[in-house]
Amino acid sequence: MLDQVFALTYLPIGRKAQVIKVGTEGLIRNRLLDLGFVPSAIVEAIRKSPAGDPIAYRIRGAVIALRSEESRQIQVRVVD
Amino acid sequence: MQVTGLQEFLERIEENKGDAVIALAGNPNTGKSTVFNSLTGLNQHTGNWPGKTVVFAKGSYRYKKKNITLVDLPGAYSLLANSADEQVARDFICFGKPDATVVVVDATCLERNLNLALQVMEITPQTILCVNLIDEAKRKKMAIDFSKLADLLGVPVIPTVARDKVGLLDLKESIHRVVFEKQLLQPRRIVYNKVIESAIEKIQEEVEVLVHGSLNSRWVALRLLDGDPTIIREIFNHLQRMDPGDQQSKRALKVVEDCG
Repeated sequence: MLDQVFALTYLPIGRKAQVIKVGTEGLIRNRLLDLGFVPSAIVEAIRKSPAGDPIAYRIRGAVIALRSEESRQIQVRVVD
Repeated sequence: MQVTGLQEFLERIEENKGDAVIALAGNPNTGKSTVFNSLTGLNQHTGNWPGKTVVFAKGSYRYKKKNITLVDLPGAYSLLANSADEQVARDFICFGKPDATVVVVDATCLERNLNLALQVMEITPQTILCVNLIDEAKRKKMAIDFSKLADLLGVPVIPTVARDKVGLLDLKESIHRVVFEKQLLQPRRIVYNKVIESAIEKIQEEVEVLVHGSLNSRWVALRLLDGDPTIIREIFNHLQRMDPGDQQSKRALKVVEDCG
């Protein structure tokens, strides 16, 4: 799994990854960047909601829940 | 989505603004409203849930014989607005022309909060950074080098614990210096990549003619390049407010309206 770049949606709970790329455009992209999902930021998958979507992530000191349609757009690489 | 009422609010502020108007901005849950209440002695409702401050709150205090009007803005992650709350905060900072803007940030997650601070600094050099909740940061064993932060940002940095009224006098003094003693601030300028910088260079001169000093032309150029219609519309609305006879901004506004 190391070195592999994949969508944040697939980051297992409890694992940390580094943001490589935010692949959307427009307002959604701005929003994700504003929330701290910028290249090189470290993100940790915290927990899943009962239905598996959304998933809560810790990013830059805050916990943020993302729907899979958003987390799919964020490319990450595992770091731990 | 359009938030109305800015104009009305600006007029209300203008009527009774005292010697200076200061905007309080910050991410949600950084203790902005607590800073507001501690400074003004007002008891605006505060609490730990999102979207609490949905309209502007206005208060005032007196320091060194000056009457200061303080405007508490809704919490925002960004001035590139996504929600009604953020739009309200953005419109006031961009078009309300406060004499200074205090950005309240949470000491425990500076990295996240500085995004907004940089965006404010990009609009106005009259920015003061209030690093709140330093007691929480200490509890989490975080050490913050405030003078280095001030050096890096080029604006005053004031550590506070608003809940316990720690640092508020320093904050009042800093506001006083920036507004009345014309302390010269040189905020760090964000330099974009070559493509963007050369695009800015190409249009900035024309933008300067269009805004004739009532807005920061570099910032307006960046927003035009962004192409977000809501903010472009507000820019031209503002120019029309400033000078209703200005045909150029009237035409530009019509183009934006026609594009939807």
